[in-house]
Order: sequence, then structure tokens, then C-alpha cells
Amino acid sequence: MTADRETPVTPVLDVRDLSVRFRMRGGRDIAAVTDARFSVAPGECLALVGESGCGKSVLASALLGLLPANAETTGSAVLGGDTDLLTAGERTLARTVRGRRIGLVPQSPAAHLTPVRTVRAQLEETLRELTGVRGAAAVRDAAGEAAARASFPADHLDRYPHELSGGLAQRAATALALIGDAPLLLADEPTTGLDRDLVERTVDELRRHTDEGRALLIITHDLAAAERIADRVAVMYAGRIVEIAGSRPFFGAPGPRHPYAKGLLDALPERDFAPIPGMPPELGALPDGCAFAARCTRADARCTDERPAFEDALACHHGLTGRAHSLTKAAADA
Amino acid sequence: MLELTRITAGYDRRAPVVRDVFLSVGYGEAVGLLGPSGCGKSTLAKVAALLHRPDAGTMTLDGTVVRGWRHRAPQEQRTAVGVVFQQPRLSADPRLSLRELIAQPLRSTGRRREVPARVAELAPLVGLSEELLERRPHAVSDGQLQRACLARALVLRPGLLICDEMTAMLDASTTAALVAVVETYRAESGAALLAVGHDRVLLERWCDRTVRWGERSVERVPVG
Repeated sequence: MTADRETPVTPVLDVRDLSVRFRMRGGRDIAAVTDARFSVAPGECLALVGESGCGKSVLASALLGLLPANAETTGSAVLGGDTDLLTAGERTLARTVRGRRIGLVPQSPAAHLTPVRTVRAQLEETLRELTGVRGAAAVRDAAGEAAARASFPADHLDRYPHELSGGLAQRAATALALIGDAPLLLADEPTTGLDRDLVERTVDELRRHTDEGRALLIITHDLAAAERIADRVAVMYAGRIVEIAGSRPFFGAPGPRHPYAKGLLDALPERDFAPIPGMPPELGALPDGCAFAARCTRADARCTDERPAFEDALACHHGLTGRAHSLTKAAADA
Repeated sequence: MLELTRITAGYDRRAPVVRDVFLSVGYGEAVGLLGPSGCGKSTLAKVAALLHRPDAGTMTLDGTVVRGWRHRAPQEQRTAVGVVFQQPRLSADPRLSLRELIAQPLRSTGRRREVPARVAELAPLVGLSEELLERRPHAVSDGQLQRACLARALVLRPGLLICDEMTAMLDASTTAALVAVVETYRAESGAALLAVGHDRVLLERWCDRTVRWGERSVERVPVG
């Protein structure tokens, strides 16, 4: 994996062949993530999309070193060109990475915030922990500024999490994630359960923080949110990234190249509203060939026998829209 | 099928979340109720599902005025309404296998003899394999658990189905699959649907008509 080191800017996060296996009782293995490969540059937003249970959140946990003890990781995930998140010890992760170099925007902010303390108390604690701000008055001012950065209203600072609406809780959590001024923001399903207006406001705010030069990795099943915010889209299926594409060609023309990604888009109510037949395979019993073959209309013997390699940003024997290697595709189809 | 008249409901009598609301769903009709988060639409859905007693107003279900909610609702009214909520994890007993989860309404209405046949009929419809039916909620994904929750809502063949943000947690394909299950059931049974949500595109594609929270059709002046 040394051949494609030609990105002009040093990526904030560079993930190479990341795999996560869960060792289960009885010697069973769950292949939650397999050979994930992607990078995120400063000022760039990469959206990781896929259905629930496809391994998206496990990938996020792996990057933060928050996997349970029975998980085994291989590959690398280099942060800022110098720290491999998979091999760094808990001490390094706790003292220099979480909050300081990676800010986490959590899935359910209401559950992420401490229920018995006000938003102000939590902002001030995080400020004292992560920044050099000292002295009650200075910390108080900084908390106000931190809230303002995430558009959290100052007159709600003394409220407890249960007194906040879903949208305000999300902003409080975002304010906390931004305090350490981390170059990488990791947002795990930040819009789940929010209504459309709030989804748009939340992703627009995340986009604004990205435009200030941060890298943003957003994990979501909400394709509309992904389309609104992302520069590039990575589609995950059964623990593998099956396609990475620019947001515009992916959502517009010529459209996705992987049949699963096309099925996912076609399932949207504004498109065909037709589900992909069948269900994804169990991560504990993945087939030898392509994991999508059983649900794919284009699948042939090769798909069931041979796992497609992730080459040229696609893992499929029969990519849909031409681009990069349409010639080999045509040869394979014949 | 469902008629809500001047319903006022909430959790504090001094500050009701739902005030003077009207809503009707005809026999076999699919109505989408659209509103932003926190507007009270889920509270109204709970009233309609007989799970929350309103402070004031009248509700008629299949031509009969509702006199009691929750445990005070008569069984024939309770079993006429199937409900699916937004978060399958919060609406599934973690100790039950998906098979037991789906069968629960039959058991608690003394119809356990129908369990094997009905579960065998519903499982393929919602796309659950024999192997998945034996698992408990912690061992399945949100999408798989919501499939089981939908099967549970259909197991008593309700005349009215209420889906409160049923697909908000789900990906596009699972959403389309569950909506297709609901529509297949409605086509064969003639059941009515109240789908509550905030996704306008989804509800307009799914339902015969949609009403917006705060619109005249929801809060209109009663005729006569």
C-alpha cells in the first residue's frame, strides 16, 4: 500500500487496510470491518454511509481506541502523519488524542451529556481539561465563546441536558467536541432522530467547522444529510468499503458505480422507493465471494466465488457507471 | 376508522402539548401527520394508540367512542390498533427472542395456539429468517429489530396501524422494505394507517394524504 502515496496534502487521517475482528465465545469470529482504506484531508468532509449493522460505528470506535477487549485490529490509521491510532497506547489516546486531536460529535447527545450537570459546567470542565484557560472568570468567558462557536444560545447555558431540545443538545455536544480545537472531527450519526430542518442546520454547522480547515469524518445512514455535507462518500457494506466517490458524481450524474450503492439511492422515497431485496449477510458468516452477490441482479459465478478487490475506489466485478476502468468491466461482463 | 375531536393532551395539565386538535383517518385510508420534533405529534399518536389518556376531547375508534385508555381500554379496542415506535430497542423486551416478541400480543390475548402459524406467516413477510427469530434483541441490528416490531404490530391483524417515526433510525433500503410490508398488509386487510413523522418526502410518497401539524386540517374549527 505504498504505491498510492501521492496525495498532495498530508491527510489528517490516513486509514490503510483497517480490519476489526471480534473474538466470540466458541471460537467464532465476527468480521466487523475488513480492509478499510480511505483518507480525509484538512477542510474535507468524508461521509461513511451504509445500513445499520454494517460496521460503521465499529470503525469509529477503532479510531478512538474505544473497542472492547475481545476486538483485534490490524492495518493502520495514521493521524496527522505521525500517530497510528491502532497501536498507540491508552495513555497516548487519553492524554493527547481524544478531545485534543479528534473531537467526537456523538450519536445521541442527550445520552452523551452528563444528566446531572448543566451545559455550562460541562463546557467549563472540558475547557479546564483541554485548554490552558485558568481562573474562574476566564473559564466562564471561554465557555460562553465555546457555546457561541456551536451556535448554542447563551441563555440556555445553565440548563440541564433533559431541559434541552434534541437540536440544542446536539449543539451542546458539538460545542464540547470543538473545545480542544482538534484537526479531526468524528461525527457518528449526528442527525439521528432530528427532523429535517434540524438535520440541515446540524450538518451545515458541521460543514462550517470543516471549512475552517478541520477534517470531518461523518458516519451516517441519512443519504440526504451526506449529500448536503460531504465532499466524498464512502459506501460500506458488510464491513467493507465497497465504493468511494466524489459526492457530486455519486448523488448526481453518472451516479454510483457499485450496485449496492445504486440500490441504496434508488430506495429513497424521492427516487424509486424500492428496497434492495434480501438482507445483508451476518458479519460472523460472510460468504467467500462478494458479500452483496446474493442480493445483486448482476451477480454471476465469479461474484460468488471470488471476493472483488478494492481497486480504483470500487470493490465490484461489474461496476455500473464507466469511469476509470470501464474497459476491464466490459471484458468481465462479456 | 379513527376520529379525534378537540383533543387536548400532555404531561402537565397547565401546559398541554396537544391543544384542541382534530384528526380523522377513514377506513382503509393512509394519513401522514407531519410536524417538527417536539410539536406534540407523538403524544397525539399515543392518544390514538390508546396509550395516553387525553385531558379533554373525544376519540372514536371504528364507530365506538373510546372511554378508557391504557389498561382501562377494552381489549377489542386495544387489539384493533397496532403500533410501531421510532426506537425498536426501547420498545422490545431484551429478554425475549424475536419469535417471542412477535408472538407476545397473541399470548397476552389468550391465543397462543395461533402462534406457530401466525409467526410462520409473518416472518417471511418482514424478512426475518428462522435463525434470526431465535435471537434476542442485543444480537440483531436496529433494522432487524424494527422488522420484528412491525411483525408484532401486525400479529393481531389490526384495523388501524399507527407508525410513529417507524423508519427514522433506518437506512433507505430498510425504510422502503418496511413501508412495502405495511402496504402489502393494508392492501390485503383494508387496514387504515396513521404515519407520524417529519420526513415530508417519505410521507407524501407513502400516504394518501398528509396533514401538517398546525394546519387547518389538524386544528380546524369543528363543523356543527
